[in-house]
Amino acid sequence: MTQGVDVVGLYVRDQDEALRFYVEKLGFRVHTDVRNGEYRWLTVQHPEQPSFQLGLFKPGPPVHDTATAQTLQGVVAKGAMPPLVLVVDDCRAAYERLSARSVEFTQEPVERYGAVDAGFRDPSGNGWKMIEARAKPQSQRAQ
Amino acid sequence: MDQSPELLRRLLRAKDRMDGASHEEWPIHRLAQVSAVSPAHFARSFKEAFGVPPHRYLLTRRIERAVALLRDTDLPITEVAFQTGWKSLGTFGRIFRDVTGENPGSLRTRERAAPHGRNHVPECIVRAAHRPDLKIAVSEKRREKAVERMDL
Repeated sequence: MTQGVDVVGLYVRDQDEALRFYVEKLGFRVHTDVRNGEYRWLTVQHPEQPSFQLGLFKPGPPVHDTATAQTLQGVVAKGAMPPLVLVVDDCRAAYERLSARSVEFTQEPVERYGAVDAGFRDPSGNGWKMIEARAKPQSQRAQ
Repeated sequence: MDQSPELLRRLLRAKDRMDGASHEEWPIHRLAQVSAVSPAHFARSFKEAFGVPPHRYLLTRRIERAVALLRDTDLPITEVAFQTGWKSLGTFGRIFRDVTGENPGSLRTRERAAPHGRNHVPECIVRAAHRPDLKIAVSEKRREKAVERMDL
């Protein structure tokens, strides 16, 4: 694949904290971590998804003025950013594994319409839904 | 906005806890404890952050769950009321009507008749989208309706 979405970023309150969370707790890998003065371009990658990077960006200078940065931090901390979805093979097993690493779950695994899902937040407040990939190929088709 | 991101993050935790267990009782001191805020400041801080007082927020979550249970299960209405945190069927029915404008039974009938494309969107997100938008207090909504009726 040469065309497509390469990086999608999240706002986080602290990049070191976010890095520890996504790498040590969720099992992502660091893709790029470069600094330019105060600015730090930090992206991580799911080990099974090499074509996509998740950016962990901190609102602030030089991209944002102080007031804007504060607003963005507030929006993230209120949980008002758009939903994120992580697909896993086994939601209940992932829940056990991540709970043991003290990930802040907002919803235990629940089965609805034949799919199991759970919810957690990153330290900044970004909310993730963790959804089990449906086993049956038939039900995977959208149409 | 003068609430710090740290405070907002802690208030979000209280909101998440209500989301996760809306059938439970959430007195202010319990919510305040989750957020590590003094009980005296909690309700005001929560409203400033999320635009609604904590208990009205809880009410919308309970109604949202009740609607889902009515739509997706065959549970008797009494059981739906009980499972979503009401102690009295009368209170449930009254607040349900005040918020949704319908009786639990008629909403069930209507929801089941309408086709939906929910399979394409994660269920939790669909539910949030169908959450009742309760901008004013239930008692206020009831008063407005009474005035409307009088106008007729």
